[in-house]
Amino acid sequence: MGIQRAFSRGLLPLVAAFGLVAASGPVAAWEPTKPVEFIIPAGTGGGADQMARLIQGIVAKHNLMKQALIPVNKSGGAGAEGFLEVKAAKGDPHKIIITLSNLFTTPMATGVPFNWKDLTPVAMLSLDQFVLWVNAEDPYKTAKEYLDAVKKGGPNTFKMGGTGSKQEDQIVTAAIEKAAGVKFTYIPFKGGGAVATQLVGKHVNSSVNNPIEAVAQWRAGKLRALCVFDSVRLPYKNKVTETQAWGDIPTCREAGVPTDYVMLRGIFMPAGVSDDVVKFYIDLFTKVRATPEWKKFMEDGAFNQTFMTGKDYADWVAKAETLHYGLMKDAGFLAKK
Amino acid sequence: MADKHGSDSATSAGISVQTMEIVVALILFGLGGMVVFDSSRLGFRWVEDGPQAGYFPFYIGVFICVSSLVTLAQALFGKKRGGVFVEWAPLRQVFSVLVPAAIFVLGIQLIGIYVAAAAYIAVFMVWLGKYGWIKSVLLGVAVSAVMFMMFEVWFKVPLFKGGYNPLGFLGY
Amino acid sequence: MEEINALFHGFSVALTPFNLLLMFVGVTLGVLIGVLPGLGGANGIAILLPLTFTMEPTSAVIMLSCIYWGALFGGAITSILFNIPGEPWSVATTFDGYPMAQQGKAGEALTTAFTSSFIGAFFAVVMITFLAPLVAKFALQFGPPEFFAVFFLTFCSFIGMGKEPPFKIVAAMMLGFALAAVGIDTVTGQLRLIFGWHELMRGFDFLIAVIGLFGIGEILLSMEEGLSFSGRTAKIDPRIVIATWKKLPKFWLTSLRSCVIGCWMGITPGGATPASFMSYGIAKRMSPDGAKFGTGMPEGVVAPETAAHAAGTAALLPMISLGIPGSPTAAVLLGGLLIWGLQPGPLLFVEQKDFVWGLIASMYLGNIAGLIIVLTCVPLFAAILRVPFSIIAPVIIVICAVGAYTVHNAMLDIWLMLLFGVAGYAFKKLAYPLAPLVLALVLGDQAESAFRQAMLMSQGDVSIFFSNGLVGSIMALGLLMLLWPLLSKLKASLLRQR
Repeated sequence: MGIQRAFSRGLLPLVAAFGLVAASGPVAAWEPTKPVEFIIPAGTGGGADQMARLIQGIVAKHNLMKQALIPVNKSGGAGAEGFLEVKAAKGDPHKIIITLSNLFTTPMATGVPFNWKDLTPVAMLSLDQFVLWVNAEDPYKTAKEYLDAVKKGGPNTFKMGGTGSKQEDQIVTAAIEKAAGVKFTYIPFKGGGAVATQLVGKHVNSSVNNPIEAVAQWRAGKLRALCVFDSVRLPYKNKVTETQAWGDIPTCREAGVPTDYVMLRGIFMPAGVSDDVVKFYIDLFTKVRATPEWKKFMEDGAFNQTFMTGKDYADWVAKAETLHYGLMKDAGFLAKK
Repeated sequence: MADKHGSDSATSAGISVQTMEIVVALILFGLGGMVVFDSSRLGFRWVEDGPQAGYFPFYIGVFICVSSLVTLAQALFGKKRGGVFVEWAPLRQVFSVLVPAAIFVLGIQLIGIYVAAAAYIAVFMVWLGKYGWIKSVLLGVAVSAVMFMMFEVWFKVPLFKGGYNPLGFLGY
Repeated sequence: MEEINALFHGFSVALTPFNLLLMFVGVTLGVLIGVLPGLGGANGIAILLPLTFTMEPTSAVIMLSCIYWGALFGGAITSILFNIPGEPWSVATTFDGYPMAQQGKAGEALTTAFTSSFIGAFFAVVMITFLAPLVAKFALQFGPPEFFAVFFLTFCSFIGMGKEPPFKIVAAMMLGFALAAVGIDTVTGQLRLIFGWHELMRGFDFLIAVIGLFGIGEILLSMEEGLSFSGRTAKIDPRIVIATWKKLPKFWLTSLRSCVIGCWMGITPGGATPASFMSYGIAKRMSPDGAKFGTGMPEGVVAPETAAHAAGTAALLPMISLGIPGSPTAAVLLGGLLIWGLQPGPLLFVEQKDFVWGLIASMYLGNIAGLIIVLTCVPLFAAILRVPFSIIAPVIIVICAVGAYTVHNAMLDIWLMLLFGVAGYAFKKLAYPLAPLVLALVLGDQAESAFRQAMLMSQGDVSIFFSNGLVGSIMALGLLMLLWPLLSKLKASLLRQR
């Protein structure tokens, strides 16, 4: 993914400039004529929900759109409800959806009929990271120490807590298991906050929480970050805890566990909308990304700030789909036909 | 919530309690059967790491079937709990609410919640309340307008506009 | 007393004229949101959250938490007047609140509900003020086995209490469990009981079932008796508040017990809904008037309302101190904290003293403001029952339809509501109890996933439910509650022999 990112970073100012030119040009560009529904295929309080509501707040505060942006949670069936609605709303320019990995995992795990190709890709907003956490009172200082202990303990002795079943957390767990030759007991919980608390209460041994889900406990010295599942270290150098910054966490590759996984936080909309419409939204999100609120949110949650649109984005999504298919197949998570 | 209706007037005509007991027990039995059927598809055993996805639903389904069978048997062979579930006249009353309510829901599906609600309230008032047309229509429209302001304009909660969306011109 | 100083500092932060204004606005909006079924506190706060981005975080959280208090108060209004619970935790309030209204005591029921809510909340705030760090540690003790034990206790304190035929109780409860199982299984991610119909994927929401079974069902029943709601002839007297207050002190024990149950459920976080059911169930077991519960006993309103409000308030503590939301509303508030640049978690108390103590002070003030507002409106609310049936009935059905729709923004849910209405009518007339059905529907799902998470942890070994003191004693308490009717019978027969 390193090349992808470098490529997109180079492209970013170009896209932004293009978007702005298009918006300020003399041609009457498309604009929403009624409030835009912003579908969140997850429950209230989760990562996608927080991001969507932040975007709503930014759009309202900086007056980036004449019409209102209205977040609507459609979390039924591990998000399938939201995706099916957007799929059914073909040609509707007043509907957008924020995605998480369930864009891929839900149809693969449940057999619900939808695919990202049923939607129009708009923009990738960022990539969410995963970090391997253990309780700070446990003796393990590095990922290697921990995984050695897991290996020594035998299969199913160590418990990994995560959000949902056959979704990103369990996929990451399966990937670690494969890379390190160990076996965890994976325990699914309803939300990332609950997972972090269960880890602090020592009901599970480790978790692969997103940074934003566990940062509070990390800062309070309750959790220890062992490694981050990305190909490079996080770019954030400001101290978050007494001693560590996000950038001080080694990658799992460095720690001897060759796995990486990032989660898409991107925007899609229904199929069959015109290029003008897509351009409007790309422009909108470019402006959102430029606000100080967004930048702070990105840093607090240690997001990977890759931004992509158009063909790059579609290509990335296609590649991610293949990747997920492979991971889910290996782990035996695919729906039985 | 004690049952205080349809107890002792066994003489007057209507649907008997026994019939209703049998119908409801049969419906429940059917539902229980469906639950059992789908659970056995999912796997209802206790495997080494605990129950499978269908374990609990399976037994829930079994319990529903058994208890509805008992109720059915009691209704068929037990001591006849005579009496009328509902007499025809009150039943007509019930239907006079239920049928318009169903039409109202169908209306929501077609023309959206706001127009359907205004029409429903007005018709209900004229038909069952014997109010004048003008008063009824005014009240119906007023309730609808207040709802529209509250949901669409202030709270920004879009409600269902229906397949035909007659209020599309308002821009919401 | 370090806390007292901090609290007074908090009052000085919260007590600006602008913040006071926000408090009243928040409570009024909250009551409105709580009254409309479907548009609950969580929705209300989520919707208004963006409005607060331009405010000071302290002012913003004061306004939002006041919406929350308002919604907690407001949920009781429709439960009592129309048998339609506006929020899940108001269901238990209908059991005695609605019969009271039918007997013409709507004003008394409302006053009882509001006052109990206030007492519950006040108790919880005092606890937050003085015991926050201790309590936060207690919350960490709760893993899956403990959660299951809590649900077990809730069920046990509630079942076996009806007068209905036992097989109908079983059928109703199991139907509730079956409905709760529809949708995605959280443990394996498999789709259950949807028979290929993807519209069912989101499952049966509890609110839709309740709006149908209770609300629509009740209207159909009323129709049978002619065009009226009973109790509409009630006298409306502004002095009802004082008159009711005089009667309340005798329920102090129920009230105290409910406060404790509520705080416990709010912190762990089991939530306000199990708290209200458990508290009602236990009050019924313990009260000398237990047998008369369900016929309009004020005590049956005191118990669930106190517990629900205590739980709702206490739920904010784990959010502030651990970063885990104890309720959906707290989850949305949590999102708000992040956006204002505040990091909830153990350090919030240290790093953001102004904010935390301002929030705690606003809990005291907001609840007082809420109580004043709702109590002055009691005669007004009670007067709604005087509106002629042929006007209020269609309006209620419209509001129910809106409520059913807003839960998931799904048209199918409105049809389901109607179906549940017919089922509720038939069930009531055939003496199938609705309460166990609703309880199973609300908690069935969570109880099952807690159980299966625990089983994953122990690799299928059931003894995990007695593996430590905490979980063991909750389970034992549950069994005690389950066997209570037997035990009390035994005791009675022993006494008779003597």
